[in-house]
Amino acid sequence: MFHHFYQAHFLIKRGGLVTKGRVSIVAERCKSCGFCIEFCPSHVLAFSSAFNAKGYHVPHVVHPEKCSGCDLCGMYCPDFAIYGKKNADGGKK
Amino acid sequence: MSTDLNTDLLNNDLLNTDLPDDDLVNPVEPFLRTDRMPHIWCPGCGIGTTVNCFARALIESKIDLQSLALVSGIGCTGRVAGYVALDSFHTTHGRAIPFATGLKLANPKLNVVVYSGDGDLSAIGGNHLIHAARRNIDLKVICVNNLIYAMTGGQTAPTTPDHATTSTNPYGTFEPSFNLPHLVEAAGAVYVARWTTFHVRQLARAIGEAFQKKGFSFIEVISPCPTLYQRRNKLGDSLDTMKYYKAKSKVKNGAPTSEVGLTISGEIIVGKFVDRERPDYQSMMRAQYVDSLGDRFVEPMEAEVCS
Repeated sequence: MFHHFYQAHFLIKRGGLVTKGRVSIVAERCKSCGFCIEFCPSHVLAFSSAFNAKGYHVPHVVHPEKCSGCDLCGMYCPDFAIYGKKNADGGKK
Repeated sequence: MSTDLNTDLLNNDLLNTDLPDDDLVNPVEPFLRTDRMPHIWCPGCGIGTTVNCFARALIESKIDLQSLALVSGIGCTGRVAGYVALDSFHTTHGRAIPFATGLKLANPKLNVVVYSGDGDLSAIGGNHLIHAARRNIDLKVICVNNLIYAMTGGQTAPTTPDHATTSTNPYGTFEPSFNLPHLVEAAGAVYVARWTTFHVRQLARAIGEAFQKKGFSFIEVISPCPTLYQRRNKLGDSLDTMKYYKAKSKVKNGAPTSEVGLTISGEIIVGKFVDRERPDYQSMMRAQYVDSLGDRFVEPMEAEVCS
């Protein structure tokens, strides 16, 4: 199964930002319940206008610089489609 | 900085990664049979969230997965046994606790988890539930309570609150419902907690605490069923339900369980209600036999653990 990993990390690399954490989304598993978007403490996510193969709108990262890598999105996601990770350097550089 | 997935999908350099491999794996992935994903649970169903909390509790409590067995019954929650990459068994309807009791008696070193729904545990398996609590068999019972029989089409369950509309009570339920924490406390459970799918961190901690307890531990998780319960009762979708859990749940640790009954749109009392010590079934059995048989008592042979 093809997993599309969409990572804030790449945006950060392009933008030259260093953050505390990053979030990864497996778009093909998402069923668009919206839990991660609603309960993200730093409001990193929003619904994308794109559909995945099953026709659900997948969340995408709108504020990668705010992600703390707390993994609350990963705990809420009923479809195991999203998770947060703390960056190894903890956002310090 | 903000982008849209539409443009990101076209932008191939986003897919090239230089991250270490283990960073590209969801922390719950090692606990799942990924070949069976995506699962059959509806969009917004809370069961997946409880599985997340369970997996994180396993990571945090560092339990040896070789010593863990998961048993589930029939129903939406019963599918958990098929989705976790642990030693698991999907039993017949209501018989998760008897099967788990057998596992525990045959191999007392096993950590046996019963993961099932309210209809399976409290209706057809209701007698097994109260008698396992009475005997204080060392089981960890996780009861995902979505207030309805979900898999069979939304019939009234023993936990359906008053006046809720179901497929078998289209003009409203009139039967009084079970208050599960009160039931299992009265029957003799040593650990009773209730959380909702909104309280993910607390739920993961409660599951970890239950692994530390010796005896019958019962954790009730209130979970949305957007397809049958919420839709039929015009309670919105599962996100509305999660917001309702957030707004209307009150943490009352140690609250008397007789006062934690559920209503259709009222307050949900959550927390750790009971945490007490009682000798468990196997230590009581041993004490009784040592007492009555004296020198003739022979320690049972230990089961070989296959790894």
